[in-house]
Amino acid sequence: MTDDLIARLVDDLRPARGSAVARRLALALGVGGVASLCGVGALLGLRPDLRWALATPMFWVKLAYTGAFAAVGALCVVRLARPAGRTGGRLAWLAAPLALIILTGAVQIAGARADQLRHLFMGDSAAICPWYIALSSAPALAGLFWALRGLAPTRLRLAGALAGLAAGGLGAAIYCLHCPEAGAPFVALWYSLGMLAPCVIGLLAGPRLLRW
Amino acid sequence: MGYPRTTDSELKALMLAALDGEATAYRALLGDLRLRLAGYFQRRLGRDPHEVEDLVQDTLIAIHSRRETFDRAEPLMPWVHAIARYKLIDHYRRTGRRAFVALDDAGADLPAPDQASAAEARRDVERALQSLPERTRALLAALKLEELSVAETAARMGMSEGAVKVAAHRGLRALAARFAPGGRRDD
Repeated sequence: MTDDLIARLVDDLRPARGSAVARRLALALGVGGVASLCGVGALLGLRPDLRWALATPMFWVKLAYTGAFAAVGALCVVRLARPAGRTGGRLAWLAAPLALIILTGAVQIAGARADQLRHLFMGDSAAICPWYIALSSAPALAGLFWALRGLAPTRLRLAGALAGLAAGGLGAAIYCLHCPEAGAPFVALWYSLGMLAPCVIGLLAGPRLLRW
Repeated sequence: MGYPRTTDSELKALMLAALDGEATAYRALLGDLRLRLAGYFQRRLGRDPHEVEDLVQDTLIAIHSRRETFDRAEPLMPWVHAIARYKLIDHYRRTGRRAFVALDDAGADLPAPDQASAAEARRDVERALQSLPERTRALLAALKLEELSVAETAARMGMSEGAVKVAAHRGLRALAARFAPGGRRDD
């Protein structure tokens, strides 16, 4: 019987395309990102002062902060998508964006009056911002889970959580195109919370949805 | 007669060829992996042949459908082992068995067909030889084991060379029939 199986598998053999893992994951992130962009653009609207914002450093600090989470998450997912894959210490690279936002926050706090401090931390949208970021990351998370179901992760919780990290970073980066908040402490608190949500969802959903 | 042992790097070479679409290499690879996987699961599940066979098949299917997740720059056997272990844990989970599968239960654990199965194979061959008539057995032993020439065998057995060839051919066919699917190995 196993002989028959082997004969069928050999018969089914086709040449493998190169970098199949990276390409599948990139597709997921690409499609998810575009969907998220359309969603944010249509439902929340791009910030009206976007052209001005592009000339401010804080816009790029926010983009770098969220983009770094997306990049580190994606690099880790590529490895976790293979059997017995490990992050290889890449999570430690998150120290860079964390240092960036903390430093920027420290500078802002140092230069702020007492009555401005609260706004640095709470901004105008602290309550809804994490929710919007979580929603913005949903398409990418769904895409990454689709991708992983066709690959071979053996550590399902970790793979799910890292997919969440990547999706969260991407969703948050896209959200930067809408969000006018400029406080680094705000970003460190509420953007991080928003990016954490898909991470937790991925952690919980991994063992249920990523089996193969 | 020693039991042929394919090395891990030979298996990886087969895998790389298979990834490029070479069917013969793939057949050889799957045939070898099948034996190693059977040993791996037998050592952990006891010798229920159906359970082991199911897991071997599940693992081979997984290896096939996920072969593109193999990183060509890495060694092959840890990848195979990771898949086998994943399937084993899944099996435990589904059958409700609580067993601790050591993370490091790796490395030496997918060796080439081990001594036990090599000995079993030898016994199978010996038993099959016993089933042949005395003359045919002696003739095959001379030709194949002692590796005498046809002329020398004919001289020893008091037969013509032509008769030796015919008898050897028939004897080998009888042996082959015993090992074919459906052949009886145990009389």
